[in-house]
Amino acid sequence: MDTTRVNSNFKSEEYFINMGPQHPATHGVLRLLLTIDGEIIKKVEPDLGYIHRSIEKMCERDSYQQIVHLTDRMDYLSSHINNEAVCLTVENALELEVPERVKVIRTIIGELTRIASHCLWWGVMGMDVGALTTYFYGFRDREMVNDIFEETCGARLTMNYNIPGGLMYDIHPNFIQRTKDFVAHFKTKIPEYDKLLTGNVIFQKRMKGVGILSKEDAISFGASGPVGRGSGYSCDVRKHHPYSALDKVTFNESLKTAGDSLARYEVRIMEMWESLSIIEQLIDNIPEGDYKVATKAVIKLPKGEYYQKVEAARGELGVYVISTGTKNPYRLKFRSPGFSNISLLNHIAVGGKIGDLVASMATLDIVVPDIDR
Amino acid sequence: MTNEALQNLIGPWFPNPDDDKVSDVVETIESEEDSDLSSNKSEDIAKPSEIVNPSLLEFSEEESQFLNILVQPEQLHALMTQLKSNQETNFDYLYCLSGVDWGAELGIVYHLESTTHRHRIVVKVKTADRENPTFDTVSNIWKTADFHEREVFDFFGVKFNNHPNLKYLFLTEDWEGYPLRKDYVDEINMVIK
Repeated sequence: MDTTRVNSNFKSEEYFINMGPQHPATHGVLRLLLTIDGEIIKKVEPDLGYIHRSIEKMCERDSYQQIVHLTDRMDYLSSHINNEAVCLTVENALELEVPERVKVIRTIIGELTRIASHCLWWGVMGMDVGALTTYFYGFRDREMVNDIFEETCGARLTMNYNIPGGLMYDIHPNFIQRTKDFVAHFKTKIPEYDKLLTGNVIFQKRMKGVGILSKEDAISFGASGPVGRGSGYSCDVRKHHPYSALDKVTFNESLKTAGDSLARYEVRIMEMWESLSIIEQLIDNIPEGDYKVATKAVIKLPKGEYYQKVEAARGELGVYVISTGTKNPYRLKFRSPGFSNISLLNHIAVGGKIGDLVASMATLDIVVPDIDR
Repeated sequence: MTNEALQNLIGPWFPNPDDDKVSDVVETIESEEDSDLSSNKSEDIAKPSEIVNPSLLEFSEEESQFLNILVQPEQLHALMTQLKSNQETNFDYLYCLSGVDWGAELGIVYHLESTTHRHRIVVKVKTADRENPTFDTVSNIWKTADFHEREVFDFFGVKFNNHPNLKYLFLTEDWEGYPLRKDYVDEINMVIK
């Protein structure tokens, strides 16, 4: 701010304002305590817990099959991937080899989930910076993915398609054709997204050079997913610790080095292309076979500790299980991507304007139940 | 780096002061037995030196997919600083920090990964003090620890020395008890089978 123009009779004063818990840009029940000087942000302090359900405590009471269902309610936009994380943990602990068919279907639906999640993010991202149209375009394409899910597993959001040992049912006969149709359709739509929003001058000015996160800080803050990769930090779990059928496909890790809001935006757009490519590589090669292996009705993990990480739509989701050999976990911790990503909001927002905070927050793509768990 | 190499590298950072005394004892036994000229002496000698850990850190790979290090609270901060700053270990990514109630003990489990070497390790710290459990903060080493430690403070009541902003993150300020501890009772909100 140009201080010479400020009349010395008027002193600026810091004050607090509440953003949320009910605010459209917080995408849920998130309260931010902003310390403001004029319109410049001095400090952002997230106040969490408005929808905390203590899923980790509930897990200590539930069986492993039940826990899968709770994970839908964390990051509901990548529910399939969350389910997969718990199932992989259980399968690894039991040393259970699931059929190839299961692995491929899991990966295809995981990537479809990622696309659906990014479509929604792209829609609300535009809305957060004042472009209402994007919302309808994003939701139009997401509907198609949700329809595919609905046909195969009966649910559009909280899918519960994964179970320890495989899948709940086999895929619907229409699944392959509809997925192919969607891929063909969506390939014509991503360029449309770019035309509508990416190249827009106002949008570019709102995003470029705003909310900068360096690579060192990204690692230190535990940033993951597109937030980390927008800072040039190679953190794709699918690359570094591949799971399911991800070791059989070739794809590029979407990386940008600028570290600003635009970089995080571009990474997600690139990721949608990569997800399409992964689906294309797998959709014609779904192996024949069973869609699950039999597990005992009561699953008891051997005594020990297990950790499994997966790449959810928002970044690295970790499941840490301590088992004492009973049917419930002794302790279960979810390392959620949103929680680490929200912790760096203060770092990238300080010194900017409130409007920039909204734009930066939109590129973090937070889902509050994922933070609160 | 393999788990074995990591153990050989990290172990000597914190030598056990009792180790010297014990090795003296071993030497004296050795010399006595030499005079006895017993035939299978090597087996007898090996035992006492195995029991005493040459390092203050306890290493274990049992029941876990990673190398586990159990560290005393006094050495926690020094160990973590070394793990991050040493070029050979370079654990710059703290990907999970969990509070655990082991019953008699409360503790923290740190999952670390190196983004350059891609090796992983687990560090554990425990205390038997359930009234006033306190550890040093690692938030000045990894910034992500700031929020994670506040989460542990909420749900386990573990305090962290030198933490920049240690106050409830999720819970309201007047909340009583620590919900994720095993002895927590809430007759209204908890469904117990």
